[in-house]
Amino acid sequence: MTKTEFEPAIPSRPVYGVLHPAVGSAHLFVADGEGAGAVCDALTSAPALKAAAHVIYIPGANGSDHTGALQALGVAQFHRAPSFAAALPRLTKVLADAHMGMQIYAAGTEGLMAQVAAAAQAAGLPYEAVQMEHRGSLARRVQCVHCKGVTENVTLDPFQCSHCGLTLFVRDHFSRRLAAFQGVCIDAEDPGQIPASVERFK
Amino acid sequence: MSVGAPKIPVVVAEVIEVNALIKRFRFVRRDGLAMPVFSGGAHVVVEMDDHGTRRMNPYSLMSAPGDTSGYEISVRRDEAGRGGSLYMHNHVRAGMEMVLSQPVNLFPLDARAKKHLLIAGGIGITPFVAQMAQLEAMGGRFELHYSVRSPALGAYVDHLRGRYGARVHVYHDAFDEKIDLANLLKTQPLGTHVYVCGPKGMIAWVHATARAMGWPDRAVHSEEFLAPPVGLAFDVSLAASGKTITVQPNQSLLEAIEAAGVDAPYLCRGGACGQCETDVLRCEGHIEHNDHWLSDDQKASHTKIMPCVSRFRGAGLVLDR
Repeated sequence: MTKTEFEPAIPSRPVYGVLHPAVGSAHLFVADGEGAGAVCDALTSAPALKAAAHVIYIPGANGSDHTGALQALGVAQFHRAPSFAAALPRLTKVLADAHMGMQIYAAGTEGLMAQVAAAAQAAGLPYEAVQMEHRGSLARRVQCVHCKGVTENVTLDPFQCSHCGLTLFVRDHFSRRLAAFQGVCIDAEDPGQIPASVERFK
Repeated sequence: MSVGAPKIPVVVAEVIEVNALIKRFRFVRRDGLAMPVFSGGAHVVVEMDDHGTRRMNPYSLMSAPGDTSGYEISVRRDEAGRGGSLYMHNHVRAGMEMVLSQPVNLFPLDARAKKHLLIAGGIGITPFVAQMAQLEAMGGRFELHYSVRSPALGAYVDHLRGRYGARVHVYHDAFDEKIDLANLLKTQPLGTHVYVCGPKGMIAWVHATARAMGWPDRAVHSEEFLAPPVGLAFDVSLAASGKTITVQPNQSLLEAIEAAGVDAPYLCRGGACGQCETDVLRCEGHIEHNDHWLSDDQKASHTKIMPCVSRFRGAGLVLDR
């Protein structure tokens, strides 16, 4: 699967590019699901990077798992994690121990990329320091603006908040800080007037 | 005139000869109010009445950012310059009344950084003196690498070593000591931002070395004020005010506009901030773009000019001013 083409959206929506192997002393790749393809493309085009590459991979929530292809790359370090939450302590440790000059690449779903960028920013790097390439699922990570709970892998719009139970309309409004789209109560003014859910994000 | 708040009326409280090239000036307010708090890296524009010629030069503030009792600047004597630094050195005495702009910061610390690596060359030390005071008060992590010509010309070295100890590293040209930049940049923890202030060549060296080592551009900060270069006299038509003026060889276009009584925006007067950007309505000739603000495309198009540092050669120039 190749890079996703997005419709023009509001300015808060991040814009993604293509991973370009950059000059650096170390190369940290974090990917989920089909994002593995972007990592394979980047490292196949620049095999010299493999000796200094660390790949953290999380199989997709939609079941896509390209662990084998990534292991076959022969990078210096490969780590497979069951979820981003499970990978975060390792990511935080890698960032804390790294030196300037390390390049960071994120590929896969928007939620994954934004959470990698947020971790990099928390480590003191500028937002622009993380290269991002969208691959695969468009399922969204959504914050309920009412209860502040985050629901992962939202494909339906509207959907029911997994924390407070409100029915939420999924906006394009994206928070880099929270690494999430914003969901707002769809029937706040007319309680009970809830349109049928549509699968908007596959 | 400059945007923002009114100017600050001051009296020169103290003039100190720091070394053979540098003098330090302390200004306190004449109206008894407190100086505005500033952030490390900020500068003020000092207005001078040099025997009829109005000079307005930007200088970095080097006093502690939270000290509202006065402002301090250091001025390096530039024999080849247009005369601002010579005026400060030769004519400004304690007790003189002068006027300062409000502080403006075009070289701030990035508070998101985990560590601040400060690289200074010569008089480029001044913004860092204020920034280090700010970082020390905030508990920020920093390291200074300061290149000077000789021990005699190492302004504030003893003061800084006394205050910040091993965080201050000094390199003397006279002893062939050079900052090992590649090694320095290679060993910085992730989340470090680097700041450089000094001669043009040093700034370019730090930017190029950091880029070649994979540092993100946004983690590399620099400040360089340009003195308006001297050149040939030229005529300019100001369409909005209906005036045609002559810019003298040792005068900047902005200064000539002001001398004609036309109100023009400015902040840094050194080609860095973008405030004085002016539309060019007609250009028959060549604009000598000397600023850091306009993009290469804008410069090539000859539709914009930064009057604080740029000049013109040719048959006619009309500005929307």
